[in-house]
Amino acid sequence: MTKKTIPGTTIFDGEMAMKGYALNKMCYSFNSAAAREAYLADPEGYMRRFGLNDAQKQACRDRDVLAMIKAGGNIYYLAKFAGIYHLNMQDIGAQQTGLTVEAFKEKLKKAGE
Amino acid sequence: MARIIGGLTTSHIPAVGNAIARGLQDQPYWRPFFDAYPPIRDWLAQHKPDVAINIYNDHGLGFFLDKMPTFAIGTAHEYRNEDEGWGIPQLGPFAGDARLSWHIVEGMVADEFDITTCQELAVDHGFTVPMQLFWPGAPDNPDMPRAIPISANTVQHPIPTLKRALDFGKSLRRALLSYPEDIKVVILGTGGLSHQLDGQRAGFINSDFDRMCMEKIVDEPESLTKISRMELVEKAGSQGTEFLMWMMMRGALGPKVHAISQNYHIPVSNTGAGTMLLECGT
Repeated sequence: MTKKTIPGTTIFDGEMAMKGYALNKMCYSFNSAAAREAYLADPEGYMRRFGLNDAQKQACRDRDVLAMIKAGGNIYYLAKFAGIYHLNMQDIGAQQTGLTVEAFKEKLKKAGE
Repeated sequence: MARIIGGLTTSHIPAVGNAIARGLQDQPYWRPFFDAYPPIRDWLAQHKPDVAINIYNDHGLGFFLDKMPTFAIGTAHEYRNEDEGWGIPQLGPFAGDARLSWHIVEGMVADEFDITTCQELAVDHGFTVPMQLFWPGAPDNPDMPRAIPISANTVQHPIPTLKRALDFGKSLRRALLSYPEDIKVVILGTGGLSHQLDGQRAGFINSDFDRMCMEKIVDEPESLTKISRMELVEKAGSQGTEFLMWMMMRGALGPKVHAISQNYHIPVSNTGAGTMLLECGT
């Protein structure tokens, strides 16, 4: 079966779920405040404990959402990672689209006009 | 006999929970969104449902990728709202109706809809924000119905088809109508409408598609089952797949409904926000 591709969109399917499992499992742990504190206190140790690969670790160090997605990250879990740094969905959207947060918000507003 | 009196749809964006917590409802950004809810609250105050079945999608609080049910139902006496990692203030527990939950499970599994049962289920913003919108102060609103959460997977593909979602609702309806107690039930379908949070296409919103879905779901929900899942991602955005919850809700309402109230507003956070009250026909 050939997969349909949609520009700028990653279909998070079984392949991605396997690829990103360690990264997503770490991000899922951030539901707990104690886990968030433990990550901030020692990110390298925390990532190692969850078995992240090099690409996943680097993407986390860089807080680079597109790289995290490429490494198998699922946006629902990545949102919890972003929360550690108090980044909301507009901040993340701006980062991924290369816009300023203001320009990204403006783009959303325009969609309604 | 249990009676299904109507269906409610709403977006369940976390930013809405934040706006409620901070009392921003009357600000110019928020007002066109929040204005949709008072007429629905009036209807609820008039009809006072005993049970609200809240069909939502978990976003990584109740379930993780280790075990990911395609369809799951709460069978607990209460549902706790827990820390999601970034966000909105936590609410108190919502009272459930375990007896009705198990009746639904018996009915749907006999009907060959094999749903995962959860005697513990932490509920996230997908469940709590709609409750706050329809019953302000939830769960402490005096009219708060007993709640049953139903969650469908939209986290990882393959997600259910739109036809399966509508059929799910029809099976849920059959199970509910065979419940011997005289109770009034309202069905919530929450999430959507179009939005995409991830990738270079983040910020994608498609008002034409959303409006078409809101129109067709009233009288022609079957026509929407022709939309493939990839077409849904393409036209509604990666997270616009939450429209499946609306289809599940719609299936439970039976063939004839009246659209009593509807509103569509862009943007709320990154999302096209749709709100509807569909009353069941007699």
